Amino acid sequence: MSIIEAKGLTYTYPGASKQSLQEVSLTIEKGEFAILTGPSGCGKTTLCRCFNGLIPHFYAGELKGSLKVADQNIKEHTIGEMAKRVGLVFQNPENQLFALSVEKDVAFGLENLGMPREQMQKRVDWALKMTGIEDLRERAPHELSGGQQQRVAIASVLAMQPDIIVFDEPTSFLDPLGAQRIFEVISDLNRKLGITVILVEHRLDLAAKYAGHVIIMDEGRIALDGEPREIFSSEQAWLLGVGIPKAVRLWRLLEESGIALKGVPISSDEATQHLKEVLWRR
Amino acid sequence: MATIEVNDIYFTYPTGVEALKGVSLTIRDGEFVAIMGQNGAGKTTLVKNFNGLLRPSKGKVLVDGVSTKDVSVAKLARTVGFVFQNPDHQLFSETVEEEIAFALRNFGFDAATVEKRVTWALNLLDLTDYRKTSPFMLSGGERKRVALASVLAWDPKVVILDEPTIGQDHRQKENLRQFIVQLNEQGKTVVIVTHDVEFVAECSPRVVLMREGMIIADGEAKRILTDTTLALEASIVPPQIAQIFHGLTFLGLPSDVIDVSEAKKILVEYARGSQG
Amino acid sequence: MSVFEGFRFRHVTSPIHDRDPRIKFLFVLVIFVIAIFFIEFLPLLLLFFLPLPFVWIAGVKRQWLRSLRGAVFLASFIFVFNFGFGYLYRSYSSTASLLEYSLAMTLRFLVMVGSFSIFFLTTSPDHLSLALEQSHVPYEFTFAFTTAVRFVPVLAEEAQTIMDAQKARGLELERGNFLKRVRNYIPILIPLIVSAIRRSLELAEAMESRAWGSSPKRTNLYVLKIQLGDVILLVLTIMLLTLGIYARYFVQIPQLSTFLPPLPF
Repeated sequence: MSIIEAKGLTYTYPGASKQSLQEVSLTIEKGEFAILTGPSGCGKTTLCRCFNGLIPHFYAGELKGSLKVADQNIKEHTIGEMAKRVGLVFQNPENQLFALSVEKDVAFGLENLGMPREQMQKRVDWALKMTGIEDLRERAPHELSGGQQQRVAIASVLAMQPDIIVFDEPTSFLDPLGAQRIFEVISDLNRKLGITVILVEHRLDLAAKYAGHVIIMDEGRIALDGEPREIFSSEQAWLLGVGIPKAVRLWRLLEESGIALKGVPISSDEATQHLKEVLWRR
Repeated sequence: MATIEVNDIYFTYPTGVEALKGVSLTIRDGEFVAIMGQNGAGKTTLVKNFNGLLRPSKGKVLVDGVSTKDVSVAKLARTVGFVFQNPDHQLFSETVEEEIAFALRNFGFDAATVEKRVTWALNLLDLTDYRKTSPFMLSGGERKRVALASVLAWDPKVVILDEPTIGQDHRQKENLRQFIVQLNEQGKTVVIVTHDVEFVAECSPRVVLMREGMIIADGEAKRILTDTTLALEASIVPPQIAQIFHGLTFLGLPSDVIDVSEAKKILVEYARGSQG
Repeated sequence: MSVFEGFRFRHVTSPIHDRDPRIKFLFVLVIFVIAIFFIEFLPLLLLFFLPLPFVWIAGVKRQWLRSLRGAVFLASFIFVFNFGFGYLYRSYSSTASLLEYSLAMTLRFLVMVGSFSIFFLTTSPDHLSLALEQSHVPYEFTFAFTTAVRFVPVLAEEAQTIMDAQKARGLELERGNFLKRVRNYIPILIPLIVSAIRRSLELAEAMESRAWGSSPKRTNLYVLKIQLGDVILLVLTIMLLTLGIYARYFVQIPQLSTFLPPLPF
């Protein structure tokens, strides 16, 4: 059952000479973990802004084509209405946190929706638990590390209990360990709560293994759309200059040298496993 | 000849945080060094001591034999160029040309030299078309190049880059890597502060690994990045190739592999060997 | 950047910190009003000492004294001004009474500074914004206030980074005449302003994405409830106001000179 359906989306930012989105069509199934990637300027961030209505309601300019997110036509609903179904976590953790304490920040969205206090408190407690930051409840955002701040941002979006959460390069400012931890939190939300995840990322080495669906964009268009192993092992992905995981690159080099592995590995564990099977023949 | 000599320095921020606890390091002319470690390990604090932005509370830092405590930041900047992480923290001019000329003028170069150097820097970073453009009109990647050009313009002996790969896509990182390696091959001392293990694995500099204000390892990239004990201690994630080979040591394969091409060669040889 | 240290509100609790900001504000306002009632030295002296037990209970002695120290410059200016003008225009009966009047005006200023200082020292920005909200101040203003406070340390750090970045390009902030020094700050201000604008845009996006403005009636996670301590403070405030009005209209306040040995003037 599809939860996002885009058909022929075309958009130009006001005053821009080039189109940021050109005839973008895609489908995301409910409960999926999709990775959206592509070179800088390919339109991934613009597409994310469409998913929750920032385009066309916050950013001026005409959005052509159709986009249905969680059964709502994006053009006919306000951003506030969309916020209940789809959440958006941004790149810079610092600029998504407004309040003077973590708890208040997590409640921000719920306060905006006018939720009664007792219900809000329960939701806030739940969101803090789901993201593993209950001990940070009373802390001020400025005292936290980037990774902790990002988890607060995720908790504050999660508290609104959306069906879909879009993450726009959430680990840009984090070190690899911090990034891994964020991916684990995101994966938990996807597996345990069934939240549909769209993750925009460059760091495919770390993130690829979580995805069941990969979309690569280039110059405002969808260039590749399909199953991770298929996409990453394709010639086209290589030519697009996307950060193919090293495990896949190794697989390809071995293939070219006549060593065939059982499948395309998208994580180091998979690669190790495949290599063991091929090399350990005794 | 040692360009930068760090002698057992300690540094505490005014807030009371002890960021450096007894760090000693020597960087020679023409070296390529990567200072690595988790966010908060003290990497940026350390390099800020190289150009006098920070001065150690104990111990001293010598640049070309002179203690940083005896020289102003402006003077040290002539030798040690520092490219900050976020280019938007330095861009303020009306044109890219003006931006690049800024430091040159501060250092007292005459108008003719400024003109020459600006042209050279624009060319080096492929920004000639943007000479008269406002830096604020450029894309993120282009702004990063402007920041880099504005530092290279005065041709410092040492170039420090603080987290140069943040927010860059794969191709941009590739270009940056090639550029940095080229800079180093041309004789510049290059110091990069980074947590990007994959980036380091591809250019294989000398790695100085930090943890909680101290250096815990200093040496060859392939040795340090594949040491699982060190990785755990410093809370870093080893490069993917290293992780793959870590599970294959029982086959007798070497464990200090970080490069994809090298990995392929080793595996192909092993496979052929076991067949014959 | 020690100025900004004051904005880092530490999580302190004391019987004073826990008081409802609205009642605290009323108390401070009453002190302010009574200070205006009197031009005599003695009542103002009493008013000055009034916040002291509160300062002591709240444990903010050092910060409170520091805020008064900051006001000393202006206070001495007020004294000199009053004494000087009074003397020049010979508008007073005796030098002793002029001296008392000038001291009283200076003290009045210090009373106002001292009382507002203790208010801000014992009220966290969170608490304050909650009080504003519950006092039906439109949420846009309260939000602007808390967000500004929240970002002060961020901006301070950014300003420092920008200064470092420009210093590393040879910018010398200390050199040159006054005009040159002012111009030297352009490479600091422009990136700071541009960054602030970019930040505002990102914040706006995040706010919209979390349903800002979607409900006409915004709720709050916290609520201020009047407690026993607040009632006590309110009673004290009313008593103080009554006493002040009574003293003003029905009590003959002695001049300072009656307590001191006869002065040569």
